[in-house]
Amino acid sequence: MLAIQTNNLTKRYGDIAAVDGLSLSVEEGELFALLGVNGAGKTTTIKMLSCLTAPSDGDAFLHGQSICKNPERIKPIIAVSPQETAIAPGLSVYENLELICGVYGFSHEKKNMKIKELTDLLGLDAIMKRKAGKLSGGWQRRLSIAMALISEPKILFLDEPTLGLDVIARSELWDIIRSLKGKITVILTTHYMEEAEALSDRIGIMRDGKLLVCDTAEGVKRTAGSDSFEEAFIRIVKGVKA
Amino acid sequence: MKMLSFANRNAKEILRDPLTLLFGLGFPLILLLLLSAIQASIPVPLFEIEKLTPGIVVFGLSFMTLFSGSLIAKDRSSSLLQRLYTTPLTPLDFILGYTLPILPFAVVQGAVCYVVAMLLGLKLTPNLLLAIVFIIPISLLYVALGLLFGSILNDKQVGGICGALLTNLSAWLSGTWFDLELVGGVFKNIAYALPFVHAVEVERAVLSGELSAALPHLLWVLGYSLVSLAAAVLLFLRQMKRQ
Repeated sequence: MLAIQTNNLTKRYGDIAAVDGLSLSVEEGELFALLGVNGAGKTTTIKMLSCLTAPSDGDAFLHGQSICKNPERIKPIIAVSPQETAIAPGLSVYENLELICGVYGFSHEKKNMKIKELTDLLGLDAIMKRKAGKLSGGWQRRLSIAMALISEPKILFLDEPTLGLDVIARSELWDIIRSLKGKITVILTTHYMEEAEALSDRIGIMRDGKLLVCDTAEGVKRTAGSDSFEEAFIRIVKGVKA
Repeated sequence: MKMLSFANRNAKEILRDPLTLLFGLGFPLILLLLLSAIQASIPVPLFEIEKLTPGIVVFGLSFMTLFSGSLIAKDRSSSLLQRLYTTPLTPLDFILGYTLPILPFAVVQGAVCYVVAMLLGLKLTPNLLLAIVFIIPISLLYVALGLLFGSILNDKQVGGICGALLTNLSAWLSGTWFDLELVGGVFKNIAYALPFVHAVEVERAVLSGELSAALPHLLWVLGYSLVSLAAAVLLFLRQMKRQ
């Protein structure tokens, strides 16, 4: 079953097309990475798919619901972990998770169950009482992802989840993201080639708002005629023929 | 329920900021004590406790704009709002969630000012309790201004405009520190065209048991509150769509 299908999805700001006629489909449970240089249209795509911004043209369907016509039906089944860490800094880790349970209308029992589950999954137990604003960047990212996961989304958008993290924190987050594969659909944007290659089932490469390639990591390398994924990415973005 | 979770979070963020206690409660009380001490040495009719306290209460409320505006501006800059916009919270949930937590805080702040004023000689009357109730419509004005500024400015700009400019404007044009009749002219006309002096007059009239005298001033305050709230809602929704 398709989790996401976009048809000619377009977003214009004045004369500039940030996303230009994007048509792609993502299967349920797939981990799909969107790659591209700055301004390629990755974040704008995520903003449209998560109903944060309306498309100028085209439409997208998430589990069969239109982002243009039924955003209120989409919001309960998605979660977003934005590029910048989106946490309430004055609240403790526990209170941040409690906040998200509250805005999704969870019962007291369900809230306790989900907080326990996410605490175990992401290893947050030791920092539950600490103020979120005082945590290191790596722990804040973990909390941010926990806040996205706690609502039991069918589709999770991770916008550059490991940006600015050290090697260890990144590796730990990779393990967490890997553990989600097959359970929920994950749309990941990243600047790190090795991240996309290691984690993704398929990869879409964007430039100037257009989707240039959409394939597995191996398929992308074959298309570009390179053994290195990074080299393949550069060739595709620069338009070098294989 | 969903809105209350968000409102609860906002209340915690505001109350856990030490500046809230320092400026929201401490500063108005220091002014009340200081001006009462001056009054004890050099009596001035304007600084009599029955006239001074309502002015200090309204001055304290001007910090509510700073608190609500700063919180919204910080949330906008930190991406937390972006995350929350993708949840089932509705635009009304956001507006109420930012507005409601400030109101009890404003009432408590005003009540504490009146209690301290009682220690300085203000008599406990039913009118005093009514004056505390009338803090609610006045605080709505300041919360609406906070929502408005928080929707269009960043947190540093909110600090400058609401923390410095608005609190001073609200104080100078309120008839608390000096009698507007003494200045007269354009200054007085401007002051009476704005809501701040009317807010003080509402509290003074209610405190002295003259409810009919409070009504025209209350209409000024409510008028400004409704216009500010409508503008705040429109600007908040606009920045929400711009996400």
